Amino acid sequence: MVNVKINGIQVAVPENATILQAAEAAGVKIPTLCHHPDQAIKANCRICVCEVEGLALLQAACSTPVWDGMVVKTNSPAVLEARKTILELILAHHPQDCLNCIRNQNCELQTLAEAYQIRENPFEHITRGLPRDTSTPSLVRDPEKCILCRRCEYACSEIQTVNALGLENRGHHAMVVPALGKDLAESPCIMCGQCIHACPVGAIHEKEEINELLAAIADPDKIVVTQMAPAVRLAIGEEVSLPTGAMDMHVLVGALKQIGFDYVLHTNFTADLTIMEEGHELLKRVKEGGKLPMFTSCSPGWINFCETYYPDLLDNLSTCKSPQQMFGALVKTYWAEKMQIDPAKIYSVSIMPCTAKKYEANRPEMNSSGYQDVDLVLTTRELGRLFRMTGLDFTKVQPGKFDSWMGAYTGAAVIFGATGGVMEAALRTVYEVVTGKTLEDVNFTFARGMEGIKEAEIDLNGLKVKVAIAHGLGNARKVMDQVRAGTSPYHFIEIMACPGGCIGGGGQPITKSNVKREERIKAIYSEDAGLPLRKSHDNPEVQQLYKEFLHEPLGHKSHELLHTHYTPKNKKFL
Amino acid sequence: MMDYKEIISPYASLEGGIIEAFHAVQAKMNYLPEEAIIATAEVFKIPVKEAYGVATFYSYFSITPRGKNIIRICESAPCHIAGAQEVVDALEKELGIKMGETTPDGKFTLEFAQCVGQCQETPVITINGKPYGGVSPESIPQILGEYK
Repeated sequence: MVNVKINGIQVAVPENATILQAAEAAGVKIPTLCHHPDQAIKANCRICVCEVEGLALLQAACSTPVWDGMVVKTNSPAVLEARKTILELILAHHPQDCLNCIRNQNCELQTLAEAYQIRENPFEHITRGLPRDTSTPSLVRDPEKCILCRRCEYACSEIQTVNALGLENRGHHAMVVPALGKDLAESPCIMCGQCIHACPVGAIHEKEEINELLAAIADPDKIVVTQMAPAVRLAIGEEVSLPTGAMDMHVLVGALKQIGFDYVLHTNFTADLTIMEEGHELLKRVKEGGKLPMFTSCSPGWINFCETYYPDLLDNLSTCKSPQQMFGALVKTYWAEKMQIDPAKIYSVSIMPCTAKKYEANRPEMNSSGYQDVDLVLTTRELGRLFRMTGLDFTKVQPGKFDSWMGAYTGAAVIFGATGGVMEAALRTVYEVVTGKTLEDVNFTFARGMEGIKEAEIDLNGLKVKVAIAHGLGNARKVMDQVRAGTSPYHFIEIMACPGGCIGGGGQPITKSNVKREERIKAIYSEDAGLPLRKSHDNPEVQQLYKEFLHEPLGHKSHELLHTHYTPKNKKFL
Repeated sequence: MMDYKEIISPYASLEGGIIEAFHAVQAKMNYLPEEAIIATAEVFKIPVKEAYGVATFYSYFSITPRGKNIIRICESAPCHIAGAQEVVDALEKELGIKMGETTPDGKFTLEFAQCVGQCQETPVITINGKPYGGVSPESIPQILGEYK
């Protein structure tokens, strides 16, 4: 440990600590922009500069290591003046239309501009006149707003190893762009949206589709039916000033009905169904010598990644559609039949923690109901905006009930929202199917938590199944390279594109660090623990679906509606 | 199509070899075509976005086609003070193109350069790497004549 004095406060910090970390220990906040707690140090924005006794120049707190006896001033007049100038220079190239910006009131630059009392900028305001990139159905890049912190590039390249974004040109002309200056659709972008969480401003965001929803609600000929993913409930509170996990499920249902959704159903229902199909698919592959290891297929960002970077391993992917798409296929067939509603009138809306789901819903093959299975996908953030727009007071919203036939769910479905959740849910069911015994302790704790790659060997009455779980595509790549090399010891691998799983998805409330992801994961397992049913095959509505409609897992109807195929992306460049 | 990998491969094991590889491509093509950048990324086993970053970082690399003869005008302070702008104007007028452009016959391209280390004789231009010092607007037609 070394002793450092920050603004007169003495702190002892580890030898390799930075000024920024020492200041944090001293309870002193230093502003940052390019710094991100889950990323390597970049030190390119310089907003964190401080005065260090004995050094003539201001030092960047994020990148300067401390030494014993170091004396730092973080708020001297020279420091404040320098930071203000840095802000003014950034703002001189930044659009001044905060009111119209998707990140209004949730922008790190805006917060600093307010804190540093930026009123008039002495520098001439010159923006670059760059057009928006709306080439994908999921993401919109707005390079005009980019402040070149390169946090998105880090998330894309280092964490996700997707390498869609990079730096072009130099100095004043530098820009963060997809490779070769192409648009996102041509780049290897897999639409996970992790760049959105990384962005301190509004330079990249989800493609907003609230107006499409409002139009559908206003249309008397449309019956608006919604599903929502398990990761939505626990994070949506963050959008309306509630703590993580605090939104009550039934209040949320009540709120959706108040907004004008005709029927509120749940993706959790098809998450349970996915376990039935995928669990049996796994057993079939194991018994009949099918392609192993089998990969889960719930995460559309992961599917895009596999189709882009591992087209040779597409046969290892489970043929199960994601819960969103299973829902879409069933709501316009099975559910429509049960409800005696003309499927042509159903407008199927999905609320997802995910930006890649928007792309998935638009895949041309996702029409096995005879219609587009899912008409519209909104992210958790868009739902939050909708709640604020409609002025709901969540202390007064009356709880509502899920509608019938596709609204019931178990704890196994709930945990789909976290890394390891699909694996754990599958094991709960597969165990009972294989052994014929009741699984007393449903908790497979090895599968939980933020560790990048988790693995275990499960003994199912002598049938030993080796499983692995990876989240974040950098981790997925390690597991995938093993499979490609033929050295993978596993039978079953769960992969979720986003760090932490769907709880950290690209459509979730802006997530500043993995600490928030862990908090959401905790909320998801406590929801699971509190439910009466925790095994997918115990879901009474899923049982009824099989009895009346599908007849058996992997049966003819399932094959037709719930399973799919994958196609190599053949990107021109990677 | 040109076999870019054949041009690039000899540099694959050199440290920083991507720069040499790009120079080699540019020596043949006068610029770095998209296919060459993609091929370079494959040979050096790096993402295309990284190869593209290198190709666009250095002012001596161009990702757009250029003329047979590349005229570069120093835009650093000493040349600026010595009247580089008048030289720019004269070049633009003589060739009928703007800075950054290439003549329709593909013979000349005009580019800015950073300091070329010839500050004893400002303003400086280079043509295909050959420096011309103490250039005046009046001397432009004669210099260009060498290349027409």
